[in-house]
Amino acid sequence: MSESATHAAIEAVARNSYGRLVAYLAARSGDVAGAEDALSEAFGAALRRWPEDGVPLKPEAWLLHAARNRLVDAARHAQVRKRTEPLLQLTTDAETVAAMNPTFPDERLKLLFVCAHPAIDIAARTPLMLQTVLGLDAARIASAFLVSPAAMEQRLVRAKTKIRDAGIPFRVPDPPEWDERAAFVLDAIYSAYTAGWGSGAGDGSTHHALVQEAIAIGRTLVQLMPGEPEASGLLALMLHCEARRPARQTHDGTFVPLDRQDPALWSRPMIAEAEKHLRAASAGKRLGRYQLEAAIQSIHAHRAVSGVIDWREIALLYEGLIRLAPTIGAQVGRAVALAESGDLPAGLAALEAMPAARIANYQPWWAARGHVLRRIGRQGEARTAFERAASLTDDPALRTYLLEQAVR
Amino acid sequence: MKYILLVHLPKETLEAPKNPDAAAAGRAYGEALHAAGIFVAGVGLGPPENATTVSLRDGKRQVQDGPYAESKEFLGGFVVIDVPNLDAALEWAARNPAAAVGTVEVHPLGGSYFAAAK
Repeated sequence: MSESATHAAIEAVARNSYGRLVAYLAARSGDVAGAEDALSEAFGAALRRWPEDGVPLKPEAWLLHAARNRLVDAARHAQVRKRTEPLLQLTTDAETVAAMNPTFPDERLKLLFVCAHPAIDIAARTPLMLQTVLGLDAARIASAFLVSPAAMEQRLVRAKTKIRDAGIPFRVPDPPEWDERAAFVLDAIYSAYTAGWGSGAGDGSTHHALVQEAIAIGRTLVQLMPGEPEASGLLALMLHCEARRPARQTHDGTFVPLDRQDPALWSRPMIAEAEKHLRAASAGKRLGRYQLEAAIQSIHAHRAVSGVIDWREIALLYEGLIRLAPTIGAQVGRAVALAESGDLPAGLAALEAMPAARIANYQPWWAARGHVLRRIGRQGEARTAFERAASLTDDPALRTYLLEQAVR
Repeated sequence: MKYILLVHLPKETLEAPKNPDAAAAGRAYGEALHAAGIFVAGVGLGPPENATTVSLRDGKRQVQDGPYAESKEFLGGFVVIDVPNLDAALEWAARNPAAAVGTVEVHPLGGSYFAAAK
């Protein structure tokens, strides 16, 4: 077999099965870093052997076999008895798996719960997921999270050491623990998505790649948590937002607010996929934050069909969101929806009721205030609010847009 | 795996009058640890005023009254338990009645030079 064909085969296995291989090995050894190292050595062995021997019939089983040999060797070398025992068990498991199944057990859900364990530093959870489940390298993750590769590497190493040494178990929690723990997993995925957000991120940029990775984990999660409506809700939310990527900026980089976007530029297939997941979620009859946020985006998406935005409905959904978690974002969202639905005084009152300390540096609050004041006719104050909003964003396109609003 | 649960209590709990309910809750917790077969060791500590801190600097022994640092919390006691994993240890930490008034720090026990020396 040619070398390039072998490389292509290895890349395909890495792309499709990396997370499953890491999860399978780590779930049995309790050691994520050890599993990754063993697997990378196994891939190295494949690069040497497959061009001569041909790609094995079951490439994943071959890699597992090679990786667990490394793990057992490493454990024997360290003479850590306790760790060797489960690994010897792993040896038999891997043989059985290789002999009997076309595929091997999917332990990625356990791995996701480990990555988003409350005992793990919250700043490490998302990077840990991206690295272990998707195989992203630390340097790429670092650039998406705006930290140095060395700092990110250190954060990841620390988290993996803690998983091993503090004995964080590879298990799927049962109710009532499930709700809280599943929320940590969802939040970590959403934070990968928001880290990739930002209108300056064009196709092919690191940030855009991160958005796609977040959606990929979201799709996996829906398969792994079929009974969890919030997993479907989160995926629907990400897909709805991603569907609008082409409309968020004009070709010259000018920011376009959501209600001015040209729906013809929105991705119809992505909206359809989002709606499918949102419907599946509502069948679960258990409302949650992500379903509500996805439902709000769904109403915006409906403008493509109806030509109008049902702001009253949006205000109601934000109210539900505030009842679940009174975040500053949800409160601003509700105020804007009230104003847009025609009740300008109520919108302004809702904005002004928010504590000054919380909104002082919150750009969306100042932008919302600017819009509402301008529509009421208080031009001078609107201008000040837009200028303040512009000073609080790090997004150049948005800053330009807000400064334009200030002088309108 | 063995874990140590370090119980930190706010200073105010020292001034509060002895509460028979709290004592009963503490006993019940201890009994539950024994019944589960996971208890390795554990004690409550006296008030921090009775503690003395020792250090050796430049070959000179330094003895100081009380814990080394002024803080709002003090080490009130510890429990060592033997459970399968961190989730189980966290579960037992949360059940400790002291968790409702103070904080419980959960550490996996590392290797011990003392145990190796026996």
